[in-house]
Formats: sequence, C-alpha cells, structure tokens
Amino acid sequence: MSSSQRRPGVVPGRLDPADYAAAFADCAPPLDPHRARVAADRCYFCHDAPCTAACPTGIDIPLFIRQIATGTPEAAARTILSANILGGTCARVCPTEVLCEGNCVRVAAGEAPVEIGLLQRFATDRAMAAPQPFTRAAATGRRIAVVGAGPAGLACAHRLAMLGHEVTIHEARPRPGGLNEYGLAAYKMVDDFAAREIDWLMGIGGITIEHGRVLGADLNLADLRDGFDAVFLGLGLGGTNALDCPGADLAEPATDFIARLRQADDLSEVPVGRRVVVIGGGMTAIDAAVQARLLGAEDVAIVYRRDRDAMPASEHEQDHATSAGVRIVECAAPKALARTDAGIAVAFAYTEAGPDGLVVTDETFTLTADQVFTAIGQTLLPPEGFETQRGRIAIGPAGRTSVPGVWAGGDCAQGGEELTVTAVAQGRDAALDIHASLQG
Amino acid sequence: MANLASEFLGIRSPNPFWLASAPPTDKEYNVRRAFEAGWGGVVWKTLGLDGAPVVNVSGPRYGAIYGPDRRLIGLNNIELITDRPLDVNLREIKAVKRDYPDRALVVSLMVPCDEDSWKFILRQVEETGADGVELNFGCPHGMAERGMGSAVGQVPEYIEMVTRWVKQNSRMPCIVKLTPNITDIRRPAEAARRGGADAVSLINTINSITSVDLDLFAPEPTIDGKGTHGGYCGPAVKPIALNMVAEIARNPETRGLPISGIGGVSTWRDAAEFMALGASNVQVCTAVMTYGFKIVEEMISGLSDYLDAKGLESPAQIVGRAVPNVTDWQYLNLNYTTKAVIDQDSCIKCGRCHIACEDTSHQAIAIGPDRTFVVKDEDCVACNLCVDVCPVEGCITMKELPEGSVDPRTGKVVGPYGNWTTHPNNPMAAEPAE
Repeated sequence: MSSSQRRPGVVPGRLDPADYAAAFADCAPPLDPHRARVAADRCYFCHDAPCTAACPTGIDIPLFIRQIATGTPEAAARTILSANILGGTCARVCPTEVLCEGNCVRVAAGEAPVEIGLLQRFATDRAMAAPQPFTRAAATGRRIAVVGAGPAGLACAHRLAMLGHEVTIHEARPRPGGLNEYGLAAYKMVDDFAAREIDWLMGIGGITIEHGRVLGADLNLADLRDGFDAVFLGLGLGGTNALDCPGADLAEPATDFIARLRQADDLSEVPVGRRVVVIGGGMTAIDAAVQARLLGAEDVAIVYRRDRDAMPASEHEQDHATSAGVRIVECAAPKALARTDAGIAVAFAYTEAGPDGLVVTDETFTLTADQVFTAIGQTLLPPEGFETQRGRIAIGPAGRTSVPGVWAGGDCAQGGEELTVTAVAQGRDAALDIHASLQG
Repeated sequence: MANLASEFLGIRSPNPFWLASAPPTDKEYNVRRAFEAGWGGVVWKTLGLDGAPVVNVSGPRYGAIYGPDRRLIGLNNIELITDRPLDVNLREIKAVKRDYPDRALVVSLMVPCDEDSWKFILRQVEETGADGVELNFGCPHGMAERGMGSAVGQVPEYIEMVTRWVKQNSRMPCIVKLTPNITDIRRPAEAARRGGADAVSLINTINSITSVDLDLFAPEPTIDGKGTHGGYCGPAVKPIALNMVAEIARNPETRGLPISGIGGVSTWRDAAEFMALGASNVQVCTAVMTYGFKIVEEMISGLSDYLDAKGLESPAQIVGRAVPNVTDWQYLNLNYTTKAVIDQDSCIKCGRCHIACEDTSHQAIAIGPDRTFVVKDEDCVACNLCVDVCPVEGCITMKELPEGSVDPRTGKVVGPYGNWTTHPNNPMAAEPAE
C-alpha cells in the first residue's frame, strides 16, 4: 500500500502514475487464436440452443462459434453483428453468467460454460479491424429522428440506415454512446472502445448525430413528429433515485462518479476518498465500488439493504468486487448521513426479511467515509403525453408507444432491464417495425 | 501381478510393446533411449542395399490431422527408408543387441526384387546377432515408385516369391509387413504364408493427403509448392488396422499365423484390443513420436492391471479371445432388439440426440416440455446414433427387449436367435432344418 493511499479526504493521485494503466487494464483479456480455437471446440452445437434463447438479441451462438472453430472469425462476426450491431460492447459487458453462458448445457454437466463472451469478443474484434460489413438498401427518402445516442438509439439508427432510411440522432451529451460511454466500468471498455465502436458503426452512412440536443429543452416532440417520418426515443434514464433520510445531500450518485472517471483524460486526476461507502446492490454499485478501489481507495464498502442472494448484481459481479478488496455489507439500510470531523458518518440499521417485506430493526451501526455514493436506481423523467408503465414509457412488442409515429426502447422503455443487450434488441426491433409501417 | 513377458516367433521380450520400424528406431541413440525407457523390442528402421544411401526431402516430411487443442490424431509422412550408410546401421544394431540381450531387435529390410540382393542383405543382418527380419512390403511413397515397398505388397505373387527367398537364405524368423493399400488384406497374408513367412505385421501406413493449402492450392506437407501422397498413421487409422488384423486372424487360410499388430496403438487399451483380435504383440510409432518413449510406462501398468483384474497371468491369454466373436453380417442375430433409453438425470438438454435422429435418422426422439428428450420406442430402430453423438458418457444407453416381449416398432414378438441365412426375406435362405 502506498502512503498516498492513506492520505485523508477525497484526493486525486492515490496511485503511482505508472500504476493506473495496470489497475484499469482489461478485466477479461482477449483470447488469442489458439485459445479461441480450444474454447470454440468445447461448444456442442446444441439444437435450438439454450444460449441463443437466453440472448435478448437472439444471436445464433452455436453457428458463430462453429465459424470461429473453422477459422472464419469474420463470418462469425457477421452472424453476431447481424443480430446485434453492438456485439463488441455486449461481448465485454453482458452479464453472460446469467444470460448465454448461464444457460450453456456444459453448466448442467457440472463444467465451466463455453466462454461465449470471450469468443464473441474474439470475432467482433477482428470484424472491427475492418469497416462495418453491412450495406444500405436503396434510399427510401424517409427520415427518422432518434433521440438518444445510447445502445438503443444506435442499434435502431444502424438498422434503419441499412434499410435505406436517413437517420438523425439527437443527443444531449457531448459524446455519443450513452451508458456505453458514460456508465460502464472503465476496465470493461478499455482503449476508448465505446467511441471506436460508434465510429465503426457510423461507417454505414446515412446517420447524423446532433449533440447538445435535449428533449424538452431545445428539442420538442411535436417538431420531431412534424419534421420526420417517425421518431424513436432511446432516452435512457435521466434521473437518479436519492436517499430518503437526513443528510441525503452528502451522498453523490454513483453514476456521476463513474461518468467523471470514464471521461477523465488522466485517471490520476480523478479524486477518490480514502474510505468510500456505496449504497446499493446492482451493477452500478459494483462498478463504482471496484473503480474506487482501483483508484486507490483504502477501504470501500458496498452496503445493501437485503441479503447477497437478493442483490441485482450477479454472484460473478459480487465475486469480482470482493476479489478487488471491496467489502459487501448486507441487510443494512441507511438511517442518516452527517458530516463530522472524521468525515461523513453514515448511520445504518440492520434489516430483517419479514412476511410483509423488509423490516428495519433497532440495531444500528455507523460507517465513516470520505465519500458516499448512492446506486439505488435511476428514474425516468418521462416526456409528456406518453402512457407509462412502472415509471417507464409503455410500449408494445415492437416498441410502439401510445403516441402514433413514436417508438421507444432501451432503459426509458418498459421491459428495458437496464442492460445494453436488451436496449440493442429493442432498438433493432423498433427499426424493423418503423420500416414495416413506413412501407405499409 | 501379471508377467508381461512375451515370446513372438521364439523372440523373447520383457513385454509385448515394440517400436515399429520408423524414425524412432533409425539409430542407436534412439533405440538405446527406448530400451532404457522400458520398450520390449524394436524393429530397426528399414535398411536398403549397400551403396549410396537414399535421399530424403529437406522440407517437411510430416503432415498432421488435429483434434481439439491440437491433439494429434493422424500423422502422414513422406520419409523414405533409412538414409544412413548400411555399415553404420549394422554396426549399431550389433552393439545395441549385445548390450540389450533381453530385448527383441528385429531388422526391417527393403531391397530390390532379385534374390541376390536379398541374399546379400540377409547375410549382413545375420552377422549382427539380430533376432529376426521384417520385410517392408508396405511403404506407400517414394520406394514404391522404385518397385519396392507397397509395390511388392500389392502383388501377392511377389510377396510369396520374396518371402520364399528370405526363408531359403536365412535361419532368422521372418515377419512380412503388409500394406493396407489393397482391396482384401487376406490375399497378401495368404501369399506370405505360402512363401513360408513366420508371421505378418500390419498395418503399414495408408495412402493419404492430410490437407490442402488453400492459398497455395497444394497438398500438405508441401515441398516447394508441390506435395505427394504420404503414409497415414496414428490414432485415426486404428479402426482400419483392427479390422485387417481380425480378418487375417479369422481367415481359415491364415488362421494361426502369428500377427504383430500395428496401426494407431497409443495406449495399453489399444494394445489389448489388437491382441484380443489376434495380435501376439504390438508395434508403436506415432504415439512415441507425439509424446516420447515414456508412454510405455502407462502401457505396462495398464495392461498389467487389466490382466490382474481379469485374473490372468500373461498377455498371451488374451491373444485372439475376441476372434470367435468377429463374424459375418449374415450371422448376426436379427431378432436381438434394443431401444435407446435417455437418463433424464444426467441429460444436459443439448438436443443433439434429437436433431441427429430428426434430421438424419428415424424421428424417434421427441422434445417434451422444458427440453425433455424422450425416445419414441415405436420409431426407434436402435441405430445407436443418439448414443454416439451424446456428449455425456452413459446418458443414453441401449436396453435389450427380452425374448417374448413385443417390439412397439414392429408389433412383433421378440424371437430367439435368427439370422439372415434363414430369414424369410432372404431369397437365398437355407431351408430351416426339420
């Protein structure tokens, strides 16, 4: 441990400058061709494969693995990308342990699953060394507005461009990518992967991105509906849930911390506390906690109000956090935050699962931290005029909203699951439905 | 503990595991290492006539076929017989035999088809004290173009003629090594016996092109843009070799002719299988070229443990034990009826049995709710394809229907033994005995 790790407060540069690259290196390094061949050989080429059924984008996994095994990774990549144009990101960030790999029949056989995520990365990495492989159909003369350059919007735009339409993406932030760019852990998306993937994807042509365009501010839905043949909303979730306890303003949304870290040109300039508390139990909590440790925080704790089995973050993600030195405190709910001479004192009460839900007990403890992050979910600031379902824009099977001519997908829409791969599926399917409706 | 000591044509060796005539037995250095490692015997790499030695290519000699993880399952070679001077080989053979009197040392020979050439070489070999000779009538590449190797092995009359010369001009035991590149392995074996051979050894390598370089459009191994067929060997050829050994073992014309089994022997189990089909010992090559000589330790412990478990004392007791069970198709029991049974507890629901049966066989495996795969007995012909493609060992088994029960597929009662020779559908059927 370096002495700078023990410096009090929230400060940058806790590591030696040379150590940041290693700390934030690829958490799952790519397969070399031989390892890929060996990994591919393990696939049984199942009939009606459970892995494919478990993939929200329905990638034909046995086929692409067989294409790798026979020495044609480019063909494998086309199989992947024709279902999921962001297959490169998904190969890196999908919770494969609960999706494709979690359903691999090898697991039922008591073995490790086929390394589908790494194989998908092997293929897509090779495809991304060349221009994106898809061509556009004859121009239709139709123009579609996409709001949000996140995974849903990008997948929708690419598919629409393939089908011959012209697409304008309206994006609020200065860089495209949405959570791929601002929200995913740095060690999963090394070497500016999100931006590189978007540059590659845009190679299809017919897609324009306008930045600094915020729906409800300088952009309104009525104008989009008037000016375009169809509108797709891939807004993501703009708001974050705040704690409902005294001193809540002493905590910062974990998403802000992650975005700051992802956008930093130099990680040694990102301040982090010596002691960090992350409140929550999902992927965002894991990503914030692990990255706080990697930045050199000495003591990082995730505190979750239910037990570990109930955490939205998978067991694999939890193990990743604990192996990075993060402590997971379960069954504790925050009661109050207060600034003291020693830092921010966060008082927690233990909880118990009761027949009518979680019961907060009288037994309490206090963690003192320099930095407190909240990762207790994000909320949609829904545009006016849409029917909603559990706080999300209500959609039909192909993404149609209650407003004619407007489709939606990704985290802002019902069924979004807050996964990149689901957003891609919804964006792609909405594009196909938009196309069908325009043809009709 | 079983005693693995072996005697083949009166040649004694501490175990029945010999190294075949090939690169591993080309010179004293290798053979001494093999004997130190525990090999029971060697067949020294083929000697040719005196004079200018043969010349090998200086590019790749081998091509390979791989299984997963580059596991070598087939090897092809275009190497010729020894390219070292005859006198050097003879001197080394003599020295090695002197130092390892308890090991078998047989010398492989290949000279032109004239009696004087054979007389000459046999006299030279006898002076080394070697235990016997093996006539290389098998090599399919290079030497065959010069009228030797498989060019002799493919003509039974030549085999008989040369074998007779050898027996007339030498007191040494004579093994005739057969090429598999023929239509019926029994004919050359019969010719060898007629010529007086003491034994046959088989198989030599199989004509093959391992692969084609799709950039050069040339066969591999590629020598300056060209390739030629080589001899295929290794685990991939074992089934072909087993059949040929069995054919000779059960052929009335060659029954009792000692056999040295060759062809993909890699483990004790392979060796035991060859022996069960009639081989008195085995010769190994590709496995040691892949892993080195040390594998003989596994072969010794494995065969020994197997014999112990069976309550046997010597490998000789398993030689030929499976031969009576190798028969012609027409004698198979057509009333023997089995059905595939899928063990639902060990099934991992990959669906390979279903798709194999559905697409390519008899549509006899149904998908039930929650990917449950169930055999439809009324459609199952017991072909065994599902067993063969299932990745889980023991998950699908074939269950025999007892005599007297009804086969749901045919609606007929399972009868006692009955074969094609008496089957009503056979126009040539023999009249059932009264």
